[in-house]
Amino acid sequence: MRVGAFRYSLRSLLREWRAGELQVLALAVVIAVAAVTSVGFFTDRVQRAMLLQATELLGADLAVVSADEISETLSTGATERGLSIARFVTFPSVVLFGDAAQLAELKAVDGGYPLRGRLRVAVEPFGPELEPEGGPGPGEVWAETRLFQQMGFQVGDLLQVGDTELRVTRVLTYEPDRGGDLFQLAPRVMFNLADVPATGLVTPASRVRHQLLVAGDEAAVNDYRSWAADRLAANERIEGVRDARPELRQAIERAEQFLGLAALVAVLLAGGAIAVAARHYSERQSDTSAVMRCLGASRDFVVRVFLLRLLWIAVLSSLAGALAGYGAQTVLTALLGQWFTGGLPGASAWPVFSGLAVGLVTVLGFALPSMLRIGRVPPLRVLRRELGAPPPAMWLVLGLALVTLGVLLLWQAGDARLAGRVLGGAVATGVLLWGVAWAMIWLLKPLRTRGGVALRFGLANLSRRGSLSAVQLSAFGLGIMALLLLALVRVDLLSAWEQNLPEDAPNHFMINVQPEEVEPLRALFESRGLDAPAYYPMVRGRLAYINDRPVNPEDYESARAERLAAREFNLSFGDAPQPDNRIIAGRWWQPGDDLAQWSVEEGLAQTLGIAMGDRLVFRVAGESVEGRVTSLRTVQWDSFNVNFFVLAPPELLAEMPATYITSFRLDAEGDGLLAAAVRQFPSITVLDVRALMEQVRSIMDRATLAVEYVFLFTLLAGVTVLFAAIQATRSVRQRETALLRTLGASRRQVLAGLLSEFLVMGALAGLLAAAGATLIGYVLAAQIFDLPFVVNPWLWIAGIGGGAAGVGFAGWLGARGVLKQPPLFTLRKAA
Amino acid sequence: MVSHSNVAARATGTALVEAIGLTKSVQGPGGQLDILKGVDLAVAPAEAVAILGASGSGKSTLLGLLAGLDLPSGGEVRLLSESLGNLEEDARARLRAGQVGFVFQSFQLLPALTALENVMLSLELGGHPGDARKLALEALERVGLKDRVAHYPSQLSGGEQQRVAVARAFAPNPKVLFADEPTGNLDQVTGEQIIRLLFGLKDELGTALVLVTHDVELASRCDRRLFLRDGVLGTQ
Repeated sequence: MRVGAFRYSLRSLLREWRAGELQVLALAVVIAVAAVTSVGFFTDRVQRAMLLQATELLGADLAVVSADEISETLSTGATERGLSIARFVTFPSVVLFGDAAQLAELKAVDGGYPLRGRLRVAVEPFGPELEPEGGPGPGEVWAETRLFQQMGFQVGDLLQVGDTELRVTRVLTYEPDRGGDLFQLAPRVMFNLADVPATGLVTPASRVRHQLLVAGDEAAVNDYRSWAADRLAANERIEGVRDARPELRQAIERAEQFLGLAALVAVLLAGGAIAVAARHYSERQSDTSAVMRCLGASRDFVVRVFLLRLLWIAVLSSLAGALAGYGAQTVLTALLGQWFTGGLPGASAWPVFSGLAVGLVTVLGFALPSMLRIGRVPPLRVLRRELGAPPPAMWLVLGLALVTLGVLLLWQAGDARLAGRVLGGAVATGVLLWGVAWAMIWLLKPLRTRGGVALRFGLANLSRRGSLSAVQLSAFGLGIMALLLLALVRVDLLSAWEQNLPEDAPNHFMINVQPEEVEPLRALFESRGLDAPAYYPMVRGRLAYINDRPVNPEDYESARAERLAAREFNLSFGDAPQPDNRIIAGRWWQPGDDLAQWSVEEGLAQTLGIAMGDRLVFRVAGESVEGRVTSLRTVQWDSFNVNFFVLAPPELLAEMPATYITSFRLDAEGDGLLAAAVRQFPSITVLDVRALMEQVRSIMDRATLAVEYVFLFTLLAGVTVLFAAIQATRSVRQRETALLRTLGASRRQVLAGLLSEFLVMGALAGLLAAAGATLIGYVLAAQIFDLPFVVNPWLWIAGIGGGAAGVGFAGWLGARGVLKQPPLFTLRKAA
Repeated sequence: MVSHSNVAARATGTALVEAIGLTKSVQGPGGQLDILKGVDLAVAPAEAVAILGASGSGKSTLLGLLAGLDLPSGGEVRLLSESLGNLEEDARARLRAGQVGFVFQSFQLLPALTALENVMLSLELGGHPGDARKLALEALERVGLKDRVAHYPSQLSGGEQQRVAVARAFAPNPKVLFADEPTGNLDQVTGEQIIRLLFGLKDELGTALVLVTHDVELASRCDRRLFLRDGVLGTQ
């Protein structure tokens, strides 16, 4: 061929674009890529923040973390190597100001803290930020802005922390090693390590996290790391820069995976739009192909021209999509970014490349069969119009689309098993949705004989293009269903759960109660005319052996098992199980039994691989406590009663250091009691379940908003499917409209016909979505969460009404051009 | 020359288009349908041959076979001295490029291209990529569309579109031009203009012309008139 396909395709691109044939295809690519890159840019920024702040996240190059005081050996080992060290302890406790009591995350730091990164403070709430040299001095306390607001104190006031009072000198605005307040439910209060003894808050039984921070020359840090690794006590572990804040990393990874997969739903729908648009395009280009062949172009040349043109479109619209995605991620950042204190760095260019790759893969995967078909148009078509290329084989179209989806899923999930499962789920959902949608359209047929001309015309259009209508219905149904689930079903489930809680369910926990404080606390409750709650002993112990096998967190695969194996358990003892416990294996201990027994919660036993009769050894305060598992129990955790994973007969643990825990219900009028209790016994910690639930709810709300936002792309992609379908049927619609107009139908009647088609389609999609969301809500409520299920009428009203309005509007937007052409013009063109 | 050119062209081996015992059958609902039953034809350089016949007589089928757009069921077609039966479809397309022109009843302009670009396309495919623009402009000037070069087909009248098609057909200076009812979609006056243009250019450039039509008057302008009846080509 004397003229290059490359040059020719590029030159003809603009003309094709102007002709409007490729615009829907391009729009679908833009939306698909925007969905993927908005998530991509956002997670990229978060990852960069993690990377840039890696040492800051730890506040050091290395940290030794322990539930007990860290041995001197470990700190001298560091100083001997010329490394700088710092120490701090963190623990939850209640702080008091006047009558106000508030649970806070206390952090007592020494003069060296932080070794990496800087603290930021303000002289007054919302004042300009300063970077002090170190943390608060002795006698001083710094607190977060929200604590100033919640408790009403000011800089200069005295805040009671345990047994002592500290002067508020600064507002704490940024803490390098905090990473984000996603998992920090209570506000931070920071004071000097030297003041800890005076507070009386740290006792052997209290839940405290000790950290020794180490920083300095890289070689010395590495040397220290290997030296210290052999000298760690059972409770101590080393955290490096890479493994800092594993829970934060895991949460971000999960969010990335989930948002990414959600974005792929939009890509899948956009793929559908691309397939419909490409097929229509290839049909429209049959004449062009035939004429080109007639004028001497080879099949190869024709195919190359069309493929290259497609690639140009894919590249250009992917770039536009990446740009849109960059704009869209600012919304995600606004919704979720505040979890990352200190702000997020700018994004790298990588998401542009991955967006480009997604764009190209999607276009090729969904449009290739149609494009290859163009080359098979016989040149004889120039003489015999009825000749065309056979449509691409269904197995090829579907197979390639599935492979494409699989590749995208694998890329996004990064895990073949997960990708396989999601693919299976997507195919099953797609087939199910399509089947139901098709059945709905079939059921509409009898209605075609009823109603006005406009409605009949609209319904006829829907059912005549049954398959295409079913695809559109499924696309919209899926998008609306996702939004309904997130916006309504989630709220329903949460309130069903709240309503399902007994009226008198405890709403406060009191922990860290010393044995000698139990009786005075009882008296305090009774003096206020309240029932004194029951107190349960709590002994902290680490599971050391199951039979003769040492328990190592690394030996477990699941993250939960690993976490459980690493942490200290709260063991308890008693003569009878809690009323909401049920023995499902073995039997509860009886008087006269061997005293060395454990009763283990069933879920824990399953996670850690503990069976009836196993010998468990716990390390409690440096001693080994041993016993056999003689019963397994189920526990109703959401009763808010005090419950334990592992229980023992009193005799087994009675001699061990213990604190007490209780839960009780206290309504608003009882708040004064808590302040009095904390004032009298400063080391106790009161947890307000209501406040915690409020926090959890606000985190969930934001996360849901982010997911909903990503699902908006799904709806947009659904609109491109609609546009593609309208485009594919445009010439038929134009001819029909011209005929109707010629036969005397008014513009208004024709418009009503078009509108009724889209309104009915939207209403059906909403119906499908509401039914699906209700079903999923029912399964979640009745089968998984064991909650009473209530049908929410709003689900149906919002689904059907919103679907009809949205699709009706989009359809009118796409098809109104049909009415603009004078009938004569259309009829002449068709002649 | 008129009545003997068939024989003469074949005898001297100078025929540009040649059909020998050409047959074409298709499977219809009522069994096999023989559209062409042994057609012989030879077209000499610069000769104009009209193929007349009623609607559905197989004229267009014959034209498609002669131009290599389709393959016969039997017999042989030689185009520009190449036997088409031995050539793959792409090779037949290469043979046509720049040497064979077409004018169709339905114009067959590419809707996304302007008049100029439509003409340029055939030049570029025909081996004139360098001076395609210049030659295309000249061709459009010859057909009187100098002022309409930037118009799209949808912005041109039927007559103008056919003039663009004529310009496109002649621009690469082809040896043979196949025309299928070139005036079929035009009114009489416009049709007359197109015919004048077509024959003028044919004579000027010395192009052989194979014209399929049912218009006897148009056919009378050709050097030879052949009738296709019941799948057989004859002079009456």
